[in-house]
Amino acid sequence: MRSYGGIALVVALLACVPLLTASNVVLNFMVVALLIALVGQGWNVLGGYGGQYSFGHAAFFGTGAYVTAILQVRYGVNAWFGLVIGIAAGALVGAVTGALSFRSGLRGSYFALVTLAFAEVLRIVASVAPITGAGVGTLVKLDLRWEAFQFQSRAPFYWIILAFVAVSLLIVKRIEGSRFGAYLVAVRENEDAAKAVGIDVVRVKLSAMILSAAITAAGGCFYAQYFLFLDAGIAYGPWISVEALLAPIIGGIGTIYGPLLGALVVKTLGEITKLMTGHAPGLDLVIYGAVLILVVAYAPRGIAGLLERYRAYWPARRRT
Amino acid sequence: MLSPILLIPAVLNGLLTGAVYALVALGLTLIYGVLHIINFAHGALLTCAMFAAFFAHKMLGLDPYLAAVGLTPLFFCLGYVLQRFVIGPAAHGEDRNILLVTLGLAVVIENALLYAFRADTRTINLSYGFNVVEVGPAFLSVPRVIGFGVVIVVALALWLLMRFTDTGKAIRAVAKEKLGAELCGIDVAHIYAVTFGLGTACLAIAACLLLPTYYVNPHAGNAFVLIAFTIVVLGGMGSVAGALLGGLIIGVVESLSGLYLGESLGQVGIFVIFILVLLFRPSGLFGERA
Repeated sequence: MRSYGGIALVVALLACVPLLTASNVVLNFMVVALLIALVGQGWNVLGGYGGQYSFGHAAFFGTGAYVTAILQVRYGVNAWFGLVIGIAAGALVGAVTGALSFRSGLRGSYFALVTLAFAEVLRIVASVAPITGAGVGTLVKLDLRWEAFQFQSRAPFYWIILAFVAVSLLIVKRIEGSRFGAYLVAVRENEDAAKAVGIDVVRVKLSAMILSAAITAAGGCFYAQYFLFLDAGIAYGPWISVEALLAPIIGGIGTIYGPLLGALVVKTLGEITKLMTGHAPGLDLVIYGAVLILVVAYAPRGIAGLLERYRAYWPARRRT
Repeated sequence: MLSPILLIPAVLNGLLTGAVYALVALGLTLIYGVLHIINFAHGALLTCAMFAAFFAHKMLGLDPYLAAVGLTPLFFCLGYVLQRFVIGPAAHGEDRNILLVTLGLAVVIENALLYAFRADTRTINLSYGFNVVEVGPAFLSVPRVIGFGVVIVVALALWLLMRFTDTGKAIRAVAKEKLGAELCGIDVAHIYAVTFGLGTACLAIAACLLLPTYYVNPHAGNAFVLIAFTIVVLGGMGSVAGALLGGLIIGVVESLSGLYLGESLGQVGIFVIFILVLLFRPSGLFGERA
């Protein structure tokens, strides 16, 4: 799976799911898993390839979601146009927060902290600002036409989120093979060395952050259309920041398929927990947290890393 | 607007709240100063301590101040075990991994509490819970005044411990130069765990001070965690004096911005300070390096 053919194959296989089952439960599960895969891929661009661990991707997700919803509800803007604006708004938030934090040289823990703080500020503002509906939340009007980016059945939603994921896979594939991708990995591995060989570190990190924010914001826009309801805790809550980093880390950080793999595994784990314990609040998240610790402890490169290590035993191992 | 009748009580109350913030931040800054990690599980551990204090009162009828005597060593052990057997081995010594492991711990603890106790908010009733003392134009809640005093004593005790005991010397040595300390025969893994334990023990005390006037639910600690981060950053990562002063400043800022902007936006004032300090002076007031 080292070429665009691999992506085409994965996407084609996934595209068959609605043809095999009409079950709303299965499709709903897959839509949510792909949504997390998309958001996780956004995180992966910055965190996986660039090594900048953000704890506040909710800032971008929530901005995308709120902008799409508010444009429709308050200004009667078409939902597809709202999607474009939502993504742009998310990218803008990424550009502003990124410029502020990278220009002041924040790295590592400090960067994680400042992203967390930005997301929290947005959450608190959204929970009191009248335009977001404050405590009541924002309800997107039901309007089941494709022009309004709403559908009668789940299958079209599924194909659309799959298309988003496919685009994100292509983008990351492009990055991997590009000069920009090489710069990004250089920054991750050793920022000072990267600077020393003449890479414009701030610019590289900032570009990654804007792209990362745009991808995550697309997930937020989709969320608004699919669930038709937002409040501050959903849009800017810490849950999405955690899911965004959980998927790529469990699947394989800094790999193309890591977020997709991780999202499917994490969501399956969550479903199994729910099946076994009923709808006990919190227990699925306990499992997520425990899996996160176990993966960091025993499989630092995630599932993809495990597979690769497994494959490395096939050809004769050579040391360079 | 700036009538002293309103202003003085707000400032005094801010100082009292700030003292407890300072204690939470003290634990965080201690851990940062030695291990150079940001403990994202700090808030969840505080919630844990608050539940422990709550049930000590409910089941055993222990007064929170009395419970602190038992809970402090208990949480020291908890912190020691967590660092020695979970965080340390899982992180393989990489900073990025430590971030993720402590985040994972926070998610596990917080949601285990949510699972066990549901989202209900609990409070305890104490005979002295609503007592006040009159100081000039202000009426101050007695439990919070006691809290203020305890925080000062704890900070002093911590300072003495760091300054004059062998363990304190070892902690400072590890903080300064890990490899050198190891070469002198200091067991670094042990010192790391002791430091983490001390940080967690601070939380047990803070929880017992909070309980008489505060509530507890599975997310209660979160309200403090970003505040504590703000204080640590403001005071300078790893600085005990900075944490104390930063805590008091933040307490007053919160109280004043609550007075002028309203309760819900009062918190935004704190985060704005946080972001500004991170962006323009990440080394804080007393910090040496960023």
